[in-house]
This record gives sequence, structure tokens and C-alpha cells, in this order.
Amino acid sequence: MKRSNLTRKDLAKAINEKMGFSQRGSGDLVDAVFDTLKKALLAEEAVKLVQFGTFNVRKKAPRKGRNPRTGAAMEISKRSMISFRPSKIVREKINQS
Amino acid sequence: MNKSELIEALAEETKIPLRDASMIANTILDAMSDALAANDSIEIRGFGSFVVKQYDSYFGRNPKTGEKIKVRPKKLPFFKVGKELKELVNK
Repeated sequence: MKRSNLTRKDLAKAINEKMGFSQRGSGDLVDAVFDTLKKALLAEEAVKLVQFGTFNVRKKAPRKGRNPRTGAAMEISKRSMISFRPSKIVREKINQS
Repeated sequence: MNKSELIEALAEETKIPLRDASMIANTILDAMSDALAANDSIEIRGFGSFVVKQYDSYFGRNPKTGEKIKVRPKKLPFFKVGKELKELVNK
């Protein structure tokens, strides 16, 4: 099965074809959408898009770990990570095919 | 932030009418979910990528009753945060 990869360019093309913005303008609009999403996540705000899924910022506490090569104990600093949970709509759509 | 807040922020940022911003957001989200439904991956530089993973069937347990149940094979999209965003979120 051939798997293709959707990129910024494909999204820009979709906007160009559907709405008539120029190729370049469409690309800028795609960037603006992801910039807006990023800004919210960087402000540690969850983003809930019912039709697609939810992005959450999860905080992880510092913990003790080991350097796998040397075995030396070390502290892994606290960090944040972004998690994504696909919406029910998307989960059902994927499993239909 | 939900979709309407995203649309408002987008309209403000790009100075386009709310109606257009709404259509843009929907076009992008639809294209992305269609891609995943077709088993395609998505890769957005600076943001992250989505890959559909296939899970085999397995025996799980109902956590409430402890009853053994068979979980059917399923596919789930997996999101991997882009390097840039991963670093930014830790600053």
C-alpha cells in the first residue's frame, strides 16, 4: 500500500482551490493557522478541535534516571510535552476503511 | 482554546473576515482528517507529524469487572511533536 504524506503545500493548495487565495497567500494562511495553534500550546492552553482532536500540554515532574551508557544516576529535569488525542469522529473514520 | 476561538484568533492575526477564517480552519482540519482516514501521514514543519499506527487485536480486561475481553484490531493516529515546538514548550 502506497502511503502519501500531507504537507503544508497540500493544505495551501486546498485553500487556493477552494477559496481562490493565491498560492502564496494560501501558504501564509496555513502558517497562520499553525502559528495560532502553537501560540495557544506555548501558553499552556489545551486546544480542543472537536472534529479533529485535542492537544494537551502535559507537565512532567523531575525524576531520577540513569545514563544508559554509563549507568550514572542523574536527575531528569521537569519538562512539558504536548500530547494529542484524536477525536471520536477521526477514530471512527480511520477504522471504517 | 476551541475551534471558534482559533478562528477568531486567526481572523485577528491575518485581518481577514471571520467567515473566511472559519472556512480556512475547516478546510485544513477536513484535509487532515481525510488524510488520516486514507492512512496517509501528515507532516507540518515546525509543528509536528501524524502517522496512523495499526494495532493488532489483543486480550484486555474490563478494568471494572476484571472480565477478559478481546480488543479488535484498530488504527489510531499518533502525533509526534516537531523538534522546534518541543524545544519551545520547554523554555
